[in-house]
Amino acid sequence: MALIRIVKRQEPLGWGSCFVLIAAVALSVLLGGAILAIGGTPPVHGIVTLFQGAFGSRWALEDALIKATPIFLCSLGVAVAFRLQVWNIGAEGQYAMGAVGATWIALSFPGAPAWLLLPGMIAAAMAAGGCWGFIPGFLRQRLRTNEIIATLMMNYIAILFLDYLVYGVWKDPASFGFPMTPVFSDQAIIGRIGATSFSWGLTHCLLLGVAVWAFMRFTRLGYEIKVGGDNVRAARYAGIPYDRLVMLVMALSGALAGWAGFLEASSTINRLQPSIMAGYGYTAIVVAWLARLNPLAIGVAAFLLAGLRVGVEGLQLDLQVPAAFGGMIEGLILLTVLAGGLFTRYRFAFKRRLP
Amino acid sequence: MRFVGLCAAVLLAVGLCFSSAAAKELQVGFVYVSPVGDAGWSFAHDKGRLVIEEMDGVTTSFVEAVAEGPDSERVMLNMARKGYDLIFATSFGYMDPMLKVAKQFPDTVFMHCSGFKTADNMGTYFGRMYQARYLSGMVAGAMSKSNTLGYVAAFPIPEVIRGINAFALGARAVNPEATVRVVWTKTWYDPATEKEAAKSLLDVGADVIAQHQDSPGPQEAAQEKGVYSIGYNSDMTQFAPKAHLTAPIWNWGPFYIETVKQVMDGSWQSASVWPGLAEGTVDLAPISDVVPQEVRDQVMAKKAAIIAGEEVFTGPINDQSGAEKVAAGTAMTDEELLGMTWFVQGVIGTTE
Repeated sequence: MALIRIVKRQEPLGWGSCFVLIAAVALSVLLGGAILAIGGTPPVHGIVTLFQGAFGSRWALEDALIKATPIFLCSLGVAVAFRLQVWNIGAEGQYAMGAVGATWIALSFPGAPAWLLLPGMIAAAMAAGGCWGFIPGFLRQRLRTNEIIATLMMNYIAILFLDYLVYGVWKDPASFGFPMTPVFSDQAIIGRIGATSFSWGLTHCLLLGVAVWAFMRFTRLGYEIKVGGDNVRAARYAGIPYDRLVMLVMALSGALAGWAGFLEASSTINRLQPSIMAGYGYTAIVVAWLARLNPLAIGVAAFLLAGLRVGVEGLQLDLQVPAAFGGMIEGLILLTVLAGGLFTRYRFAFKRRLP
Repeated sequence: MRFVGLCAAVLLAVGLCFSSAAAKELQVGFVYVSPVGDAGWSFAHDKGRLVIEEMDGVTTSFVEAVAEGPDSERVMLNMARKGYDLIFATSFGYMDPMLKVAKQFPDTVFMHCSGFKTADNMGTYFGRMYQARYLSGMVAGAMSKSNTLGYVAAFPIPEVIRGINAFALGARAVNPEATVRVVWTKTWYDPATEKEAAKSLLDVGADVIAQHQDSPGPQEAAQEKGVYSIGYNSDMTQFAPKAHLTAPIWNWGPFYIETVKQVMDGSWQSASVWPGLAEGTVDLAPISDVVPQEVRDQVMAKKAAIIAGEEVFTGPINDQSGAEKVAAGTAMTDEELLGMTWFVQGVIGTTE
């Protein structure tokens, strides 16, 4: 009788983990096909349409990349906090505050030149988002509040604050009473790169991605974050200022989400309105976990998830599959990939006979 | 990234088998803000879509649950790229995205519902739902014993405020003591939140619940409490058979048929159109048997008068403070109605 034991791997799986990932995604696609078949859609045709809509043309790739931008930045932010084992669920609110901060500058100084206005908007967005992250970090270390609950609740405050502004003091007088600010002046809008449909915001993502990677890899603070994340007591014993680290990481996390809010307001919507809240802050958490907090992998995961959402729209249009299918596939992928993590961290030892 | 490459290869191979030859039919696309199964706003538009689907030479499709903002822009862009000839977008937040897409595709006809911006190839349309709301208000006012009517409302935007005002005017026309209490949910579609909001109105003594929401949640709350309710969007009798009195409803079929015909014969022109009871775009669902015959007759008489040209928002109309906003004998212009941000006398609540 063969017994199977689950044993923790001593060495990382290396390229094998890539195979596990592919197998996991393939399994979720297979299950997705089964769901399609139950719903009465030809499964192969459906899956093909899905991927064609997501990655099968230049447009599709562009669309996916554009949609991935805010998700990537928010995810980068939460990943930094998660690395320290601080659970920042508040990217959504920090993103909202970032958009508010950027809008405040854009509406206050519409005539300023772009080279002054855009950095000003970024600074305000980072400050507002960073503050929104810092507060729960501060409360956690000083008053021992639970940061999951604090960040989650502060999301609602931020969104209601945004609503208050666009329904009230910032409402465009020419909007017939609809909740939206006036369109930003041209200097406050990030333009597109040449003739493509990409905004310069994409370059921000690249730079910030590299910066965060380098920060975590090469700086002392980055090292301290990793140590603090692995073992708080050891970190404190080694003289690492853990409390300050938590607040710093929360502020950094919020600032990155705030930057995403700035990009969305400036380059995509060109104004502030309630529909800027599209749930990126929550998607970011899924992406960060799928990518195991690695900046490059976050880029890939954000792109794949964004592509999936784009592809589901094509699937709806061509084959009339309900919108809910997108959410189901997304859930399946998360489930299979996380379950696949079992195989990368543990191995299965077969025992032929009992001792 | 390997995975992407693999998929791309599979796609290329299989995709070729499925590229279908396009017949020269008029392709009509719809963009909806909520799932079509909501029994509400999108459901009503989709019933209109199914009507034009039956027409010769027309194929239709739709994308549901599309978030306002950049997502909607992408969806419309892809419809235009795929060669759709006529695109309907049925939520206010689709206005600016549609305008952007319309500029890039001058040969495609775009129709936006509930906004105010147009372009050479983009028209805007809406229905005078406030006319039917006035009639439903008459029913509610007549059936209330506590003289408190509850109104579960989505967002404080002119469309919703206009509807609440019309409802209040109708109720007070038959019952001068009636007041309308408003609760904002800040959502178009959230069955649980809407139901909770309705319960809060029931707790302050409302005995008829009306709604500007897309789910039947408020209807259920009214039914459970044993009071009456007024639906919205479509006839919601099946969700609350005892409570449901009537509902102001959408009937987009005739308007969509007309638009498709215009696009087919080339006579379509960009315009801002606002059809109402007279055109059949809005209507009142059949009135429940519990409503006395004389009330029903009164409502039907008013309906005939509105169809004949009577204006719902005709003075004297006072605001909440009692100050006269519209002088006796004058009717509010369409401009004024589209930008309405104040409540009439008898409404309890704020527009913020």
